[in-house]
Amino acid sequence: MEQLITKLKIEIIEVLNLTEMTPESIDENAPLFVEGMGLDSIDALELIVLLEKKYGLKLATAEEGKKVLRSVRSIADFIRENNKG
Amino acid sequence: MDTKNVIREYCIIRNGEIILNGNVLFKSADILPSLFFTDAYKNLGINYSRFYKMDNLSKLGFLASELLLRGKTMGEFCKADEMGLIFYNAASSADTDRVHQESINDRNAYFPSPSVFVYTLANIVIGEICIRHKINGESTFFIEKDFNPDGLFRYVNQLLEDHIVQCCLTGWIQLDGDHYEGMLYLIEKSTSDTDGIVIFDPEKLKDIYLQEA
Repeated sequence: MEQLITKLKIEIIEVLNLTEMTPESIDENAPLFVEGMGLDSIDALELIVLLEKKYGLKLATAEEGKKVLRSVRSIADFIRENNKG
Repeated sequence: MDTKNVIREYCIIRNGEIILNGNVLFKSADILPSLFFTDAYKNLGINYSRFYKMDNLSKLGFLASELLLRGKTMGEFCKADEMGLIFYNAASSADTDRVHQESINDRNAYFPSPSVFVYTLANIVIGEICIRHKINGESTFFIEKDFNPDGLFRYVNQLLEDHIVQCCLTGWIQLDGDHYEGMLYLIEKSTSDTDGIVIFDPEKLKDIYLQEA
């Protein structure tokens, strides 16, 4: 799980161009949007593309999206529960 | 009181060099856009993390505007709704359009990036500057074959004469592949009659453009 969290942090930094951040500086339990990392709606779309492109996973509903994209850890939980690969 | 339209300041960015009001402010051996813009951002003490999310056209316009507007408080220097942004270039957003096109070429690996797609319009650079400085005056992005000081002067002068704007950030923000040329002028109405004021006219715009080339 910790390996997946670190991998996710690296991928998030890359796709969201968070050049000034490092995996260590991201709290996997902190909220991704508004407070915490302060991501915006375009970043949310980019994370949805990341899940589909790298893990072959799609979010079924907006409600599920809110739950899954809450933090790095919640994304990792979603991948672990759904990734059959 | 007699007012004149004047060029208060100007900034030119090209060939790995940034010139502010005739003085070289920054120079780098890394002249490729992505390297040079990031190098300039870090070295000029600018702190705006959203910069890293911008495409190269927006980074170019952002840097030039930042150097002209930093230290000025919107509302004191010019009212937010009386500040115009009138930009021109030749390539529109073609540089980012190509990146987006590449991401949708293969129907079996169709993953367009939302953060790339949002920059597939030239006038997004104006939006970035407006967000940064909370400007909400008149704005337009024109596409022309070459820098056209006569056309720019006619349009901006009319906005000033019609009192649609009191000041205007205007110029040529061109980027296509590795070639870039950013040149912004800060134009305003002035009642000052002191020496050294630079009257806003097409010849002076041309002089600055050619002199600094």
